[in-house]
Amino acid sequence: MIREAKKVLLDPLFNDNPIALQILGICSALAVTSSLAPAIIMSIALTAVVAFSNAAVAAIRNHIPNSIRIIVQMTIIASLVIVVDQLLKAFVFGLSKQLSVFVSLIITNCIVMGRAEAYAMKHGVVMSFLDGLGNGLGYSLILIAVATIRELFGSGSLLGFPVLPTVADGGWYYPMGLMVLPPAAFFLIGFFIWGLRTWKTAQVEQPEYRIHVAHGAEVM
Amino acid sequence: MTDYVNLLIKAVFVENLALAFFLGMCTFLAVSKKIETALGLGIAVTVVQGITVPANNIIHQYLLKDGALAWAGLPDVDLSFVGLISYIGVIAAIVQILEMALDRFVPALYNALGIFLPLITVNCAILGGTLFMVNRDYTFGESVVYGIGSGAGWGLAITALAGIREKLKYSDVPEGLQGLGITFITTGLMALAFMAFSGINL
Repeated sequence: MIREAKKVLLDPLFNDNPIALQILGICSALAVTSSLAPAIIMSIALTAVVAFSNAAVAAIRNHIPNSIRIIVQMTIIASLVIVVDQLLKAFVFGLSKQLSVFVSLIITNCIVMGRAEAYAMKHGVVMSFLDGLGNGLGYSLILIAVATIRELFGSGSLLGFPVLPTVADGGWYYPMGLMVLPPAAFFLIGFFIWGLRTWKTAQVEQPEYRIHVAHGAEVM
Repeated sequence: MTDYVNLLIKAVFVENLALAFFLGMCTFLAVSKKIETALGLGIAVTVVQGITVPANNIIHQYLLKDGALAWAGLPDVDLSFVGLISYIGVIAAIVQILEMALDRFVPALYNALGIFLPLITVNCAILGGTLFMVNRDYTFGESVVYGIGSGAGWGLAITALAGIREKLKYSDVPEGLQGLGITFITTGLMALAFMAFSGINL
């Protein structure tokens, strides 16, 4: 039981990462990572929503008629997102403005729906909560890694504190303009996936076509 | 009139939902292996977006906005906090109705789009379009133009990516980058190209 719980909680970090392997929840991963602070807030918000929605869906899973399950899940998720949205507006108004529509978009974030549908509908409350927590953490891991690189190299600071003194402030570091632009997020996640799959070779996708070496060493 | 044309160009190119705001990325990356399916999905998104954004605009203007219930004699009521749940409900309902209507009246189109329609409910490009419309407080006319434009922009982007991926499968990609990795990098390069539009001020 303990081993099972640990597996459910930790697998999504590297072995079954929601972003790098399951292709879930990519929209917000790209859009909120230009600096670290919004990325951390977004990670906390999403982890909370996916953990609690998983638990709530698992609690009533035996009473949901199959034909309307999507709408029921949607309602649970939407209510949780409204709570998170109002909390953020109340306590960190500036950041919540900066995140603009992306907190609301947690509703359609495929991680939340995907986990509710794939895991919470079939397992108990506690395990579903852990699964939600694990997937939220897997998402946060990539989000925070990408945001750290983008903020550090794009504006020479972390969480707003200067780390690499930029030329504009009399230092030596020329900020990499590309890093603050949206495409940088794609490249970084692409390279992250490359690194992860080089490490965990089981995740490599098979190509549809392969270029054969027609005349190998025997021709020589 | 020029306002509407400007808004349309802005929605399709400058503020492309997929490549400038990264909305609908999950479907964008997952369903872009073939040009035909990508095009079908693009058309479906344009149609749904063109209906849901104006519909949600009416709900926002006349029911939920601060003071919107003045016509009912309730000028102090602000219901904007239930916005999210209403918008997603409207989207789900419209997608369902569209599916049934297409099945009944245009079965050919229904068969072509069939599998994609239910997927669209959870496509964040659709909800994102509505939320941007609410944020920017568009009028009804503007919301129609914005809905169609942003849907068409998304369709354009996914069709273009599918075109690239169809060619890409013949190239020799490093093992770890196979599939998802190279798609991310391709999309990044496309987004870089679309950045060229960002200086345009209409």
